[in-house]
Amino acid sequence: MKIAITSTGKDLDAQVDPRFGRAAYIIVVDTDTLDFEVIDNSENKNAFKGAGITAASAVCDKGAQVLITGFCGPNAFKTLDSAGVKVANDATGTVRSTVEDYKAGKFTFSDSANAEGHW
Amino acid sequence: MIISIASGKGGTGKTTVATNLCASLDADLMLLDCDVEEPNAHLFLNPNITEEKKVNAPVPKVDLSLCTRCKKCMEICRYGAIAVAGKAVVTFPELCHSCGGCMVVCPEKAITETDRFIGTVETGSLGLPEGASFGQGLLDIGQVMAPPVIKQVRQLEGQKKLTIIDAPPGTSCPVIAAMKGTDFVLLVTEPTPFGLHDLTLAVEAVKLLDIPCGLVINRAGLGNDGVNNYAQKENIPILLEIPFDKRIASAYSKGELLVRALPEYKEIFKGLYTSIEALVNRKGAA
Ligand code: SF4
Ligand code: SF4
Repeated sequence: MKIAITSTGKDLDAQVDPRFGRAAYIIVVDTDTLDFEVIDNSENKNAFKGAGITAASAVCDKGAQVLITGFCGPNAFKTLDSAGVKVANDATGTVRSTVEDYKAGKFTFSDSANAEGHW
Repeated sequence: MIISIASGKGGTGKTTVATNLCASLDADLMLLDCDVEEPNAHLFLNPNITEEKKVNAPVPKVDLSLCTRCKKCMEICRYGAIAVAGKAVVTFPELCHSCGGCMVVCPEKAITETDRFIGTVETGSLGLPEGASFGQGLLDIGQVMAPPVIKQVRQLEGQKKLTIIDAPPGTSCPVIAAMKGTDFVLLVTEPTPFGLHDLTLAVEAVKLLDIPCGLVINRAGLGNDGVNNYAQKENIPILLEIPFDKRIASAYSKGELLVRALPEYKEIFKGLYTSIEALVNRKGAA
């Protein structure tokens, strides 16, 4: 299964980016094979408004079923939730260790957003 | 004639000037409170509200059976108010500016409009001056789209010879919506560095709209003469200086009109109106 993790770099050893909409990259990892795909979020990072919503839409497009990040705002959460993507917050460490943590069942999925909107 | 009363920031005495100007004139007039996030002119004027009208703004509604998830709607929306998420299309009515862009670009005609309640417009009459009318807009709690409500309030314009508009504070879209197309902008400021900073922004906006303006300095004598120097440099007439006076502050805090607490101000506000009239006529003649 595919999970999306916000990242400061382009590979599995990069640190998790705690931001979602304004994360540098979003890495979509296959939990079985560890094959991954990188979404370059840099354009979105400087977006005037709706960065979280756009990033959420991109995550849905890649077929990820789970998003793991630091903070996910309410609008992004609503977008992901509508597409049936589950969200886990408060991730730290590298992308690789986050995948391990996920496989070990260390994340709980939130029912709501944990960061206030910026508008 | 339509006079809008504005200030770069809140708390400068904009409402004091609007309500007292209104209460000092014998003219055939109406006061429109366009400070829709926090209308407070009614606290001083005690209008008799006789009518209430709902204001709606159109927001998109997507028919998923027609939608091909092409994302064109999402790409055109500047406000992040519509998004394609997997098989779903999500809308954020509270972010939508009702521009209609998504509807226009949708190649499948999958988007229709639906109404969202955003506020109310109330109308009524005033006892002072007799026969004057009153209107105010009230943005519903949690809504951010003030301009459509302001535009609805301004639909009332023209029923009387003189319309006085109490504009919202600040210099963004709502203020522009309240000042646009008026004959004169009366800017109310304080003689402090903060007041001056916000005043310069407000003056820029007024210049863009090409409307003649004049200045009221409230709590004069409290700060420095930065505002006076600026007015001179920019060639903006100072039409009135209201000194800092404890009796004025106390009347305000009790919701009492200044012209009631200190009747000598009635003539002063009449004089203010005469100066405005002269400036508007001069512009008309030029
Ligand atoms: S009407 Fe305009 S602001 Fe509203 S969702 Fe459509 S494009 Fe965005
Ligand atoms: S533009 Fe129309 S067809 Fe395309 S995703 Fe939006 S609603 Fe669907």
